[in-house]
Amino acid sequence: MIFSDYLFLFAGMGLVTYLPRALPLLYLAHKQLPQWLVDWLSLIPVAILSALLAPSLFADSTTRNFDIGKPELLVAIPTLIFALKTRSLGGTVLVGMLLYWLTGLYN
Amino acid sequence: MTEPADSTQQTFRQGAAAVWPICLGYFTIGLALGVLAQQAGLPWWAVAMMSLLVFAGSAQFICVAMLAAGASIPAIILTTFVVNLRHTLMSSALAVHLSGVSRRFLSLFAYGITDESFAVNMTRFRDGNWDRRRALIVNQLANAVWVLATITGTLIGQFVPQGAFGIDYALTGMFICLLVFQLQGRIYILTGLLAAAISVGWYLLIPGDSYIVGASICAATLGYFLKVRYRRNK
Repeated sequence: MIFSDYLFLFAGMGLVTYLPRALPLLYLAHKQLPQWLVDWLSLIPVAILSALLAPSLFADSTTRNFDIGKPELLVAIPTLIFALKTRSLGGTVLVGMLLYWLTGLYN
Repeated sequence: MTEPADSTQQTFRQGAAAVWPICLGYFTIGLALGVLAQQAGLPWWAVAMMSLLVFAGSAQFICVAMLAAGASIPAIILTTFVVNLRHTLMSSALAVHLSGVSRRFLSLFAYGITDESFAVNMTRFRDGNWDRRRALIVNQLANAVWVLATITGTLIGQFVPQGAFGIDYALTGMFICLLVFQLQGRIYILTGLLAAAISVGWYLLIPGDSYIVGASICAATLGYFLKVRYRRNK
């Protein structure tokens, strides 16, 4: 691909990424939101993070089958405990990476 | 919105203190993306352009994989749109904390909304003592690191062994801790468990990426109704 192909591709990707990020904010930030919507939206972060995370721990990404024995899940348990105890984002990332690296070395 | 009257320098320092763990994660993931892009034949300037214009980790990984597989440009753009639809939910949730802020600021802020900056900023907003300027610093520093890391990855790609130092787990580790930050009571734990169960079931049964948005909306709605019922019974 040449420069203009890349520019077209990435400008298109950028546009379809930017609009979902911007439009709700631009619209809703100048509205008085009803209480039920505020309550519902407060549950969105935990729901999204859990939905992003769970399939990567409990399912094989190539075959899309249920899998309870993944090293990702094994490492997630001490990593979760570390996160609960310390509430340190940087520390959790490092501990997770280290443990995952170690499980790779012993497999 | 009331803003604490303190120096720009202090604002910057507090923003940076909140964002450094994201930067650490982005650096490793960005490096990995750069390595893959280099192997797929993308020049470094194309990766730089992509990271600046798109700034969305998962979509960029998918783009590189699709380019390597010879997919068409419209197919890649459409996939990006579907994968990033979840940001409408995050953008809506952030609106609660940015009400009345100027549209110019919001337009700039929206560019930096990612899974990670969203989770960190939401946690800080909820705990108080956080404002739009600190939140913007979180977004922009994360973006700067992302751009640098992806470019670096394309340049040093061939020297990095696969799976080195647990790089593949950086994103998972980040999600685990960001999830922990969100567990502020029984209803949140319950919603998280519901989202986990629904997303895994959805992921196994339905091809594509609809499981993220689908499971999030289902779990948040179920959680909301449980909360309403719990309140009534009290």
